[in-house]
Amino acid sequence: MTDALLDVAGLSKSFHQVHAVRDVGFTIGRGETFGIVGESGSGKSTTARLVLRLVEPTRGVIRFRGQDLATLSKEALRRERRHMQMIFQDPFGSLNGRMTIEQLIAEPMEVHHIGDSVERRRRVGQLLAEVGLPEAARHRFPHEFSGGQRQRIAIARALATEPQLIVADEPVSALDVSVQAQVLNLLLDLQQRHGLALLFISHDLRVVEFMCDRIAVMYLGTVVEEGPKAEIYAEPRHPYTRALLESAPGRARKGAPLKGDIPSAANLPTGCVFQSRCPRAFDRCTHEAPQPRAVAPSHRVACHLAEE
Amino acid sequence: MTDQAPILEVRDLSVSLPISGRMVPVVTDLSMSISPGEAVALVGESGCGKSMTARAIIGLPPPGAVVSGSIRLEGRELTTLSPRERRRVGGRGIGFIFQEPMTSLHPTLSIGQQMTDALRYNLNLPTRVARDRARELLARVGLPKERDLLNAYVHELSGGMRQRVMIAMAISCNPKLVIADEPTTALDVTIQAQVLELLIAMRAEIGLAMLYISHDLEVVAEFCDRAIVMYAGDQVEAGTPVECLKMPHHPYTRGLVDAIPHAGEARARLSPIPGQVPSLGSWPRGCRFQPRCPRQDDRCATRPELATVVRSEVRCWHPLVGEVS
Repeated sequence: MTDALLDVAGLSKSFHQVHAVRDVGFTIGRGETFGIVGESGSGKSTTARLVLRLVEPTRGVIRFRGQDLATLSKEALRRERRHMQMIFQDPFGSLNGRMTIEQLIAEPMEVHHIGDSVERRRRVGQLLAEVGLPEAARHRFPHEFSGGQRQRIAIARALATEPQLIVADEPVSALDVSVQAQVLNLLLDLQQRHGLALLFISHDLRVVEFMCDRIAVMYLGTVVEEGPKAEIYAEPRHPYTRALLESAPGRARKGAPLKGDIPSAANLPTGCVFQSRCPRAFDRCTHEAPQPRAVAPSHRVACHLAEE
Repeated sequence: MTDQAPILEVRDLSVSLPISGRMVPVVTDLSMSISPGEAVALVGESGCGKSMTARAIIGLPPPGAVVSGSIRLEGRELTTLSPRERRRVGGRGIGFIFQEPMTSLHPTLSIGQQMTDALRYNLNLPTRVARDRARELLARVGLPKERDLLNAYVHELSGGMRQRVMIAMAISCNPKLVIADEPTTALDVTIQAQVLELLIAMRAEIGLAMLYISHDLEVVAEFCDRAIVMYAGDQVEAGTPVECLKMPHHPYTRGLVDAIPHAGEARARLSPIPGQVPSLGSWPRGCRFQPRCPRQDDRCATRPELATVVRSEVRCWHPLVGEVS
């Protein structure tokens, strides 16, 4: 894809013997929302951090706005970071409690030398209004705000440098449902207004279905299925995706739940990663890892039985 | 509800906690009853008082809490018992499953030790018999027989296995009632499905009554007979979970239903509830949902009583009667 904002290929990360992420690839177009779904240990959060080079990949290529991030000098990477920002799950831990809201929101602009102090202050007011916080909030501290409001502050901070990509790692998981809806709506509004692309990481299948255009399903560090959201939700092709969707609340359960636990990433099964829990596993799955194959345009599945 | 005498009957339960030097209400006048074999859900967001209700029922409220009202287990009033008698009655009659098995199971006692202690204390079983029974229970909750789990420690088990051990312990003394406080919230979805299926099977097998605490109306709709929705310490609506999802009457319940993205729904906007849950100690007078409610008017300054609306019990002056589209 030539108009891809982010193009990731063969991305891998090992921490000693633990293969947290293996051979992950996907592309995100401008203004698109791409979701990564998975359970604990699937590598979804590590993938998010790798994309921003907050964690150095062991292998793989990350092309952002046409440039290979790995080849950029430290200074060039720092400059490029202006165009990609991150929102974390925990709005309590991710904001420095000793800084006022104004300082917090202005900080990324200072780092990237955007405007002078007067302009930055004006811009903070604009950003507060955009995320639905009162002007008076600027002189207060994070602890004076609720979880939902803090997540709004984190969003304002992420928007300060006018990024083209925001990586959101479980941005609403710590919030109560009534507040969760406020933050999701805000993200959608902002995305529409600014043409932002979102890399949206979540374990909540309902939220992912609501937010995303395309999704990747991860299991034990690999992408087992990737494609248009509507297609995957309507007709999941990988046995793990199917089981995952059937386990989600509010969706009709057809088969029995998956047996067994998620294996440890330090002790991966041979062959297909899902083989030890797969209801359809056969001989071949125990010794040969299936390669991702296209089952429809831009819909890839890593399963020996993908075509059936 | 069936005509059988209820297993659990709670009348006008109120709980207050000491917070910065004054007593702050956390649960107000809650009443409910659970019949044999029935599963009742307590649903609400954080701070609504659902866990505090459970802790009051099992007789383990936080230090300094003041609990009033009546709690009867199989007709026997629990609130007037001495702590010793209460442990005796509660230990045998009620099983609990907590959200985080890692913190509710003992880290340095083997699984076998913890299980046999409870069996010996509550049922006066000799050690050897208690051990056999513990082994049997672990097999019953679907833990692998090959592994000698009686000699294992909590940290050696996965989250799903820990929760199975918790369930085995909860049913070990043949309780009539099991109270489960968000038992699947800390688990991954595929493991969550396994644990839910186990709980449902246990219920059918031994006719357990269950009080199931959750923040998710859609989860409880899968297996609970009734749901009680709580907001700021108040019971605002009670009905079947399906009714609560399809035809919520209280504006708060409606707000909760509209705030969840539903299957097949995408990219339109959700309808969030404006504002936020009031913090403890600053609940509004009258109807507690009133400042966030689209149907609020002068009448809401007076606290509404629970009243029947269609097939549910609702605490609202202006209940909704339409179906969710």
